[in-house]
Amino acid sequence: MDRDPALLRTLRGLAGLALILWLVLPLIPLAIWSFARGWRFPDILPQSWTMQAWNYALSDTSGVLDSLTLTIWIALCATGLSILIGVPAGRALGLSNFRGKGLVEMMILAPIIVPGIAVALGLHGVFIGLGLTNTTTGVILVHLIPTLPYMTLVMAGIFANYDTAFEDQARSLGASPWQTFRHVTLPAILPGIIVGGLFAFLVSWSQYILTLLIGGGRVITLPLLLFNFAASGRNDIAGAIGMIYILPGVLVLILTARHLTGRNVAIGGLGRL
Amino acid sequence: MSEHLKTLLRLAPALTVIGLLFFGGLVMGLIRSVNYMPVIGLTQPNLDAYRAVLSDPDFLRSFGLTLHISLTSTILSAVLAVSAALLLRRSFAGRRLATFLFQLNLTVPHLVGAIGILYLFSQSGSFARLAHAAALIDRPAEFPALVYDPNAIGIILQYVWKEVPFIGVIVLANMQAIGQDYEAVARSLGATRWQAIRHVLLPQIWPGVLSASVIVFAFTFGAYEIPALLGASYPAALPVLAYRSYTDVDLASRPEAMAMAMVIALMSAAMILIYTRAARRRGGR
Repeated sequence: MDRDPALLRTLRGLAGLALILWLVLPLIPLAIWSFARGWRFPDILPQSWTMQAWNYALSDTSGVLDSLTLTIWIALCATGLSILIGVPAGRALGLSNFRGKGLVEMMILAPIIVPGIAVALGLHGVFIGLGLTNTTTGVILVHLIPTLPYMTLVMAGIFANYDTAFEDQARSLGASPWQTFRHVTLPAILPGIIVGGLFAFLVSWSQYILTLLIGGGRVITLPLLLFNFAASGRNDIAGAIGMIYILPGVLVLILTARHLTGRNVAIGGLGRL
Repeated sequence: MSEHLKTLLRLAPALTVIGLLFFGGLVMGLIRSVNYMPVIGLTQPNLDAYRAVLSDPDFLRSFGLTLHISLTSTILSAVLAVSAALLLRRSFAGRRLATFLFQLNLTVPHLVGAIGILYLFSQSGSFARLAHAAALIDRPAEFPALVYDPNAIGIILQYVWKEVPFIGVIVLANMQAIGQDYEAVARSLGATRWQAIRHVLLPQIWPGVLSASVIVFAFTFGAYEIPALLGASYPAALPVLAYRSYTDVDLASRPEAMAMAMVIALMSAAMILIYTRAARRRGGR
């Protein structure tokens, strides 16, 4: 490649700087607010700093910790179910060719693209009849709509590069189907399950309208709480909850940064977070 | 057990769950949108809800606004994402940091981005304070309304913030897979830097850009919490209007809410068709 002129390199550096600034910018006032005491217009920085918002958010009375536990529980259940159901389905899609495969793929892709509200309004009536509205179970079930297709597609991508010859060898050497799965298949697909599972967790973690509609305002996950504080102008507490709320995503990123490229199927579902 | 039967059994649980929850939800919405509820004696399906919705100026304004939000956000995001990817494939000081922030941004929920945009761009937000410090304004009200505004600028800013990294990461991976050999050939044949990008690189990354953009369009057309937080109360974005009609005390407006949900579903069905066609052109990747 030919050497770039100095002007172009300078421009590129400036554009990079602008990009970096723009990417972190919205998170900065959020972080400042969580430590601010009475940060009024036109102060550019708060007059004084305090841990009040954090103390409140982490106290028993605010409900943030209960909400945090509930959100983790819902995301864990939705992820666990998605793994159990999505891994076999991903295997079928990744390894087999059959009539109507295109249609099946489209059926699994559709819930990733169609917005939750289009489905949840119709589902709400059915869930009322089944007694599932306003319950954690109902919310877990409805979170499967985005997480299961997501997990299935990730696993289909993993199985597309998987060689079944090792399983055949294990079987011919006398291993039972369970032993073959436990000692041959599982170790090979485990990294894929972990990465897909972490992102399925984040997909459930970020759900708003599905939880609001089916939970009926009784199942208060972290995003619902965060929205309420932000909409009612409690910027300091919203700042603290916001910081807590992005933590799992940061952790997942640190754990999986090298998997998080556009070549990985896992990325497709993240546009909806 | 035949291999065919095994495939069917492996798919059955997933298709059952998706069939019941997703397609079940869609079909129930459709049935209720045509006023068919035998339980309360409505046995004659009709299109009253659609007629009411389509002749309602509030709906039409919401529809227009939502279309504007989705189109503007998607096009801006796609253009900026391709530019950012062109930047990030070259080496410059801070490239690793920018790439890390790109990925970090992907994991931040839209709602957090929306609150950040609110604190930055509202009339008492950070930029208004900076404008005050620069003696451009005296009072918050003099700062231009970029949030809760009828043009949905705040909503679009949030989507662009969140979706540039999403499209960008996909495009960047495409570019790295393609490599720079084709462009180098074009350059050696006398093409300018821009011509090589325009006529050699862009056609190759286009299917990837298109399928990512389609996901963004469908998402921005149906997302609730971002316009609910950053949007004006009138006109409201379509998902906000649908939610309001659904939770209205007047139960008669429920079929209309369902009709709006069907409009959103129909729009995303169109997106799925474009997506699968783009995916086929990418060679089923």
